[in-house]
Amino acid sequence: MAQMKFMCDAERCIECNGCVTACKNANDVEWGIQRRRVVTLNDGEADEMSISVACMHCDDAPCMAVCPTDCFYKTDDGIVLHDKDLCIGCGYCLYACPFGAPQFPQQNAFGERGKMDKCTFCAGGPAETKEEEYEKYGANRIAEGKLPLCAEMCSTKALLAGDAQEVADIFRQRVVQRGHPDGAWSGNPQASADDLAYDAARKG
Amino acid sequence: MTHNKTGLWRWLCVTLMLLASLGMASLASAQSTSESEMVTAAPGIDADQWRQVRSGETGPNYRDTRFDSNYNLVNSSGETWRQWRNRWVSPFGLIAIGGMAAAIALFYIIIGRKYLEEPRTGRKLFRWSLLMRSLHWTVASLFIVLALTGLNLLFGKFVFRSLLGDGAWAWMVSTSKVLHNYLGPIFGVLLVILLISMIKENMPKKHDLEWFKKGGGLFGKEHVDAGFCNGGEKAWYWLLASVGLLVVASGFVLDFPNFNQGRDTMQWANLIHAVGALGLTAVSLGHIYIGTLGTEGALEGMTTGYVDETWAKEHHNLWYEEVKDQALTEDEIAAQKSAGSAGTDSAPSSSG
Repeated sequence: MAQMKFMCDAERCIECNGCVTACKNANDVEWGIQRRRVVTLNDGEADEMSISVACMHCDDAPCMAVCPTDCFYKTDDGIVLHDKDLCIGCGYCLYACPFGAPQFPQQNAFGERGKMDKCTFCAGGPAETKEEEYEKYGANRIAEGKLPLCAEMCSTKALLAGDAQEVADIFRQRVVQRGHPDGAWSGNPQASADDLAYDAARKG
Repeated sequence: MTHNKTGLWRWLCVTLMLLASLGMASLASAQSTSESEMVTAAPGIDADQWRQVRSGETGPNYRDTRFDSNYNLVNSSGETWRQWRNRWVSPFGLIAIGGMAAAIALFYIIIGRKYLEEPRTGRKLFRWSLLMRSLHWTVASLFIVLALTGLNLLFGKFVFRSLLGDGAWAWMVSTSKVLHNYLGPIFGVLLVILLISMIKENMPKKHDLEWFKKGGGLFGKEHVDAGFCNGGEKAWYWLLASVGLLVVASGFVLDFPNFNQGRDTMQWANLIHAVGALGLTAVSLGHIYIGTLGTEGALEGMTTGYVDETWAKEHHNLWYEEVKDQALTEDEIAAQKSAGSAGTDSAPSSSG
């Protein structure tokens, strides 16, 4: 089975926000919610670098671990989805998520946040009909054999989506071409392009 | 004429630009070997900067395209919060509450109920006004609802989702959240009122120390001195006045995200709230046991407002000495009630 992953090649990202717009368009998400964001470090300096961030569909997803209603589940493709019928809008997934992926349509008194919304890797979510699925979660491009629109439309192919192995292969090839031993990702000699799932928090 | 001239100029400019860009392109393609790319490439983000990202700091040149985002790139404290909550707070909270319940059950089986040693005199002392009783039971009911809904939010998914199925579980957990979030603030306000109205009776006295040394009379044969409130009741009072208020305060932080407090603040508030509330729930089991099953004659004080003379003498001797001449018989109380003045007269009569 495939293990779906996103990867943003920060050396290629030009912060055009095409991914943000593509996502918004493909999934028709609520006003005020933006499932993908582009973060720029050192904007305007020589070492400026941008990276597109959304739900990273973690192997060991913190949102899943802390959800009081257990509304998250993982598909066979390793995509982390959630059931909006179970979501109570407590916000715990937002506290736990490393990437700020979960968002809520409201932020009102008495913890009234509405149902959480996040990137679905364009894989929709649990619903009775296709219409309901689109209404609640947006497009299910995976069911149509397509990859997430953000990555498909990335003009510099900085944002890659697909099976982790394939994404790793593409990135490894780029790294070889560039000559950085670790893909210029971490500056950590322990990290290698062969192991995209390298956990920087794990010592040794 | 002039029109023609500008047209010519425009044409020249465009041609020049085209030529220039073609030249640049050929220059670039000539250099696009990997070595030269390395030389000309942007320096990249080094390890120090990634460390800064992990620390959560965002410098002045940090940009995020989400319209209301106040987030950093990586929320490192999220994992810390998760580990604290899932690994420590949640299991140890269960151990604390389960342990307390087990200890009380064991105590009840081995030592049993504390019966009155002397027979009842049948004469009653007024202990709790109607106002105080209402306040107590309102706060108590809210406490129980908040404890049960809170426990459901922390542990419910391990039990009820598989037991009830998704539909019923969704209803149960969303009801829990709504009750918890709307009743919580009411509880907070009423708790403060309760604490203020009981502060005089709960001021620590010297004899309280003795009370604790003798385990409230568990060790040794004779009765230990106690005023209107005994040492244990005072401990419960001050626990509510400290931990209870902390739970209320952290609850307000969690309940009102509309003030735009950040994730980190809410992570802390959540841990404080959970630890405090689980602790209070565990201790409350002791309070409930002592007030109902554990002590003969205690519960009637909080239901009818009156306690028996014997109970007062055995459990609150110092208070009894103060108020013993105010004891009433059942008939006198009934007469008072029919006169419509019972319960609304004086507040807890310890002040006398």
